Amino acid sequence: MLLSDKGMSEEHKMFLEGIKKEKRVIKISQVILLLVFFGVWQLAANLKIIDTFLTSSPKQIFDLLLKLSENGMIFKHLWVSTQETIVGFLLGTTIGIITAILLWMSERAAKIMEPYLIILNSLPKTALAPVIILWAGAGFSGIVVTAAAVSVVITIMTVYTGFKNVEEDKIILLKTFGATKLQILQKVIIPANIPIMISAMKVNIGLSWVGVIVGEFLVSKAGIGYLIVYGGQVFKLDLVMTSVFILAITAGIMYFIALWIEKKVIKY
Amino acid sequence: MRDISVELKNISKKFHTIQNETMAIDDISFKVYEGEILAIVGPSGCGKSTILSIIAGLVKPSGGILNIKNKNIGFMFQKDQLYEWRTIFKNAVIGLEVQDKLTQNNIQKIEEMLENYGLGSFKNHYPSQLSGGMRQRVALIRTLAVEPEILLLDEPFSALDYQTRLTVGNEVGTILRERKITTILVTHDIPEAVSISDRVLVLTERPARIKKEFNIVFNTMETNRTPMKCRQSSEFGEYFKNIWEEMDVVE
Ligand SMILES: Nc1ncnc2c1ncn2[C@@H]1O[C@H](COP(=O)(O)OP(=O)(O)O)[C@@H](O)[C@H]1O
Ligand SMILES: [Mg+2]
Repeated sequence: MLLSDKGMSEEHKMFLEGIKKEKRVIKISQVILLLVFFGVWQLAANLKIIDTFLTSSPKQIFDLLLKLSENGMIFKHLWVSTQETIVGFLLGTTIGIITAILLWMSERAAKIMEPYLIILNSLPKTALAPVIILWAGAGFSGIVVTAAAVSVVITIMTVYTGFKNVEEDKIILLKTFGATKLQILQKVIIPANIPIMISAMKVNIGLSWVGVIVGEFLVSKAGIGYLIVYGGQVFKLDLVMTSVFILAITAGIMYFIALWIEKKVIKY
Repeated sequence: MRDISVELKNISKKFHTIQNETMAIDDISFKVYEGEILAIVGPSGCGKSTILSIIAGLVKPSGGILNIKNKNIGFMFQKDQLYEWRTIFKNAVIGLEVQDKLTQNNIQKIEEMLENYGLGSFKNHYPSQLSGGMRQRVALIRTLAVEPEILLLDEPFSALDYQTRLTVGNEVGTILRERKITTILVTHDIPEAVSISDRVLVLTERPARIKKEFNIVFNTMETNRTPMKCRQSSEFGEYFKNIWEEMDVVE
């Protein structure tokens, strides 16, 4: 594992070459799959096999995308939703992690809260969206709180479970040096759970988008969710499809940012 | 008479669970002298780890008196318990960090120790990149870093393969003797106990009581005694046989 490049045998080179090749094949196949999907869709539209009034078509989406980019409209809506998602995500994740820390601090509190957390977790949070929006306000704040609500409980449960699963001897070791509870938290519990927190974040990005879109369906005057609802109401399916397309790309980008952060943070 | 470093008087320990209570230790008394290496052997599950935990103050005894002259205790476990997210250097200094003793002087001492134990070039590696023997050496440096007056070793070599265990055992045994650190070594490996320690306590099955005590003296080696030399000495076999017979009756 500590071999340098120079000491590499022919066989090892072949092995690495094989891995590279396999990766390339997978990448190319992924691109082909995407192209085939859009190609077939467009072809079916051209041949009138599908009704583009209901399904739209890649060309229509692309044209609309151009048009909406020219007048900057799409960016305005995208920015609104992205802001809501980021704030909702940060809120849900931070509150989730802080609550998990507090529960770790007091095992009794954790035991008391356990059944409520389990019930809250199995409840579809979006069912509460209308109520949340009534309480938090029919606009940015309501949507952000909805987004946060979707991810907060699952974050608490995942992160707290991670905290509890830290090997007892790793904690005892620190105690033998006379560590305080706060030091145990700082030097063992949290660092041991960085991978779990990051994977929770990856999940939360998607969940926050769910919350934002649902919130926008209900109240907003702008945003991707608003565009989708509006497009549906006026039967402009290409607007709906274009919005979904943009949503997919943005959520994808955010996910890759999280992956990048994960690589930067976890070096071992 | 030498000074007493640790003294257990009629120590007992019961563990309580909802299903039952377990008498882990029943009336244990022994002394450890300063600079002495004491080995404790006994069947597994008899309460050896519990004794160490009580001495370290991690577990409260149910009864008895514990006298410790110095509270500065180092503990080494069966598994090295290196933190996989910390580099070797950062692992070695964690005790200093916790005790807020990360001085330039201490950092330099750690660097020297890493160098001396052949870990200098692995300073910035992560534990997953090291072999079991190297990892256990890092664990030893981490323990010695805070300069403990009493060292508690709980089967520290038993997770290593035989070859590494002999090497690391030899190194550690030599270091302990050089530094004259008071040590309690728990093991179920009789040769290990004989080669490293000055005295061996044989425990009964649970609840642990002291069954027999052996003073280990190698007349051929008044000074510079090392575990490896002990293993090769003619007196070694006799000690092994005597202790093994004590253990064997128990099994
Ligand atoms: N925290 C605990 N709670 C309940 N029982 C325990 C606990 N720790 C140890 N025991 C029990 O006490 C006995 C002695 O354990 P231990 O000291 O670990 O033995 P050894 O180290 O000699 O193998 C065992 O029967 C074990 O199951
Ligand atoms: Mg044990």
